[in-house]
Amino acid sequence: MTQGGFAFDLCGRNTYLERRGITPPRFTKTGTTIAGLIFKDGVVLGADTRSTSDTTVADKNCEKIHYIAPNIYCCGAGTAADTENVTGMISSTLELHRYATGRGSRVITALTLLKTHLFKYQGHVSAALVLGGVDFNGPHLFTVYPHGSTDSLPYCTMGSGSLNAMAVFEDGYKEDLTKEEGMDLVTRAIRSGIFNDLGSGSNVDLCIITKDGVEYLRNHQRLQDKTYERKFPVKYTPGTAPVVREKVFKLGVDVAVIEGEPEEAMDTT
Amino acid sequence: MANVAYQLGSSAFAANSVHSAPHAHPSWSPYDNNGGTCVAVAGNDYCIVASSTRLSTGFSILSRDVSMVLKLSDKLMILSPGFQADANTLHKVLQQRYIRYQFDHGRPLSVSACAQLLGNTLYYKRFFPYYTFNICAGLDEEGKGAVYSYDAIGSHERSGYAVQGSGKDLIQPVLDNQLKAASPLVLPPENWMSSLPLDQAVDLVRDAFVSAGERDIYTGDAVEIYIMTKEGTKREVLELKKD
Repeated sequence: MTQGGFAFDLCGRNTYLERRGITPPRFTKTGTTIAGLIFKDGVVLGADTRSTSDTTVADKNCEKIHYIAPNIYCCGAGTAADTENVTGMISSTLELHRYATGRGSRVITALTLLKTHLFKYQGHVSAALVLGGVDFNGPHLFTVYPHGSTDSLPYCTMGSGSLNAMAVFEDGYKEDLTKEEGMDLVTRAIRSGIFNDLGSGSNVDLCIITKDGVEYLRNHQRLQDKTYERKFPVKYTPGTAPVVREKVFKLGVDVAVIEGEPEEAMDTT
Repeated sequence: MANVAYQLGSSAFAANSVHSAPHAHPSWSPYDNNGGTCVAVAGNDYCIVASSTRLSTGFSILSRDVSMVLKLSDKLMILSPGFQADANTLHKVLQQRYIRYQFDHGRPLSVSACAQLLGNTLYYKRFFPYYTFNICAGLDEEGKGAVYSYDAIGSHERSGYAVQGSGKDLIQPVLDNQLKAASPLVLPPENWMSSLPLDQAVDLVRDAFVSAGERDIYTGDAVEIYIMTKEGTKREVLELKKD
């Protein structure tokens, strides 16, 4: 256990169990739409907020845009645990790296750390990422696939809704978009995933990174509320669950709870 | 490691490999699951029938406005979530059998007779089933609500309410709780008919669909609700979330 990394010692047992017809547990996938583009003076990242476990919605408002560094963020699709942990690991590594060097992190460093990690695990760490940020060399946008291959692109999408989002990008993208145009295009791309892909849903998150700073717009668009409220809400009358037995224990120490305002204000200086 | 009785390696590959499987499975299936949820509630003088209108496959939406309801008459309906191609074929067969029955017998098809007819039609394809999970619902000869629910090969039972389709796991326990289902183990058997007034039952059905739409990816877009009473049948549509 001194080497670090993952423990694979149960893999043999698990393949044996699977062959005996025992199904392994399901993981929470963020069946997702994530997207990003480079605009005139920075990067816009976008994501939906639904996470699914098979065909049920596990989380209606999850965060898929992960922090990497003050100037770098990363959208994650795939197995939720993998995207959260892999971005967390790279984020810590970069933080230490900044302390050691005294310089701001570069997007290419994050990219290299991510792809070497993912390639090492041969696709078993199923994280599909859109990495974006602005550094010393200007704005950068990359996609990272679970096996470790990467692309450097002016606009890109990932996840189960990637085709829906890419359709919108292919229709609307041009070079040197303004910030507002970029935000609008990413929002429309994510919305296309939300409505047309069953793995994506709920709200649109945005993250705009420029050399002057970061705007993280959590729930930039909240799309739909419930369409009906009950006219006859359920009320459970006291005694619905009958008390069969009641026993009061006396604690060792007497604690007096006095309701109302305190007599003297606590000294907090 | 020489005596390991099982093989290490990717299980996903082993499962797909033709050589390792004792019987090779065909890679193509004649069946699909198109999702969707159906609910029926029987009351003393009404019967409510509801069905979502989204048609899906995998992670895609094929249509937002497709009906799963076969309306045989003003007081007799069949709901068929599951595989839409089979549901359409089944509905075609049942529509013909319904007309034919009335010619042959000179009287309308009762709910109980229709329930048996549907059961027989499904069991006729015992070894290549219609991949549908039906509900037969309507008003019986006394004007009381009647609901029958089925498995894919025709096993059926009359009950006070029924849920079928992708949202079943979410809605069934709510209706069990709200409609005071008597345990089937209680003796003597208790009345299974819903005692709720019509407006409260409709309210419950609407809420069930809106809530299922929040968590089931295959339930959404809209729900069509038919309310059958002795005055006739009313249809209403409630919009659901589109995501």
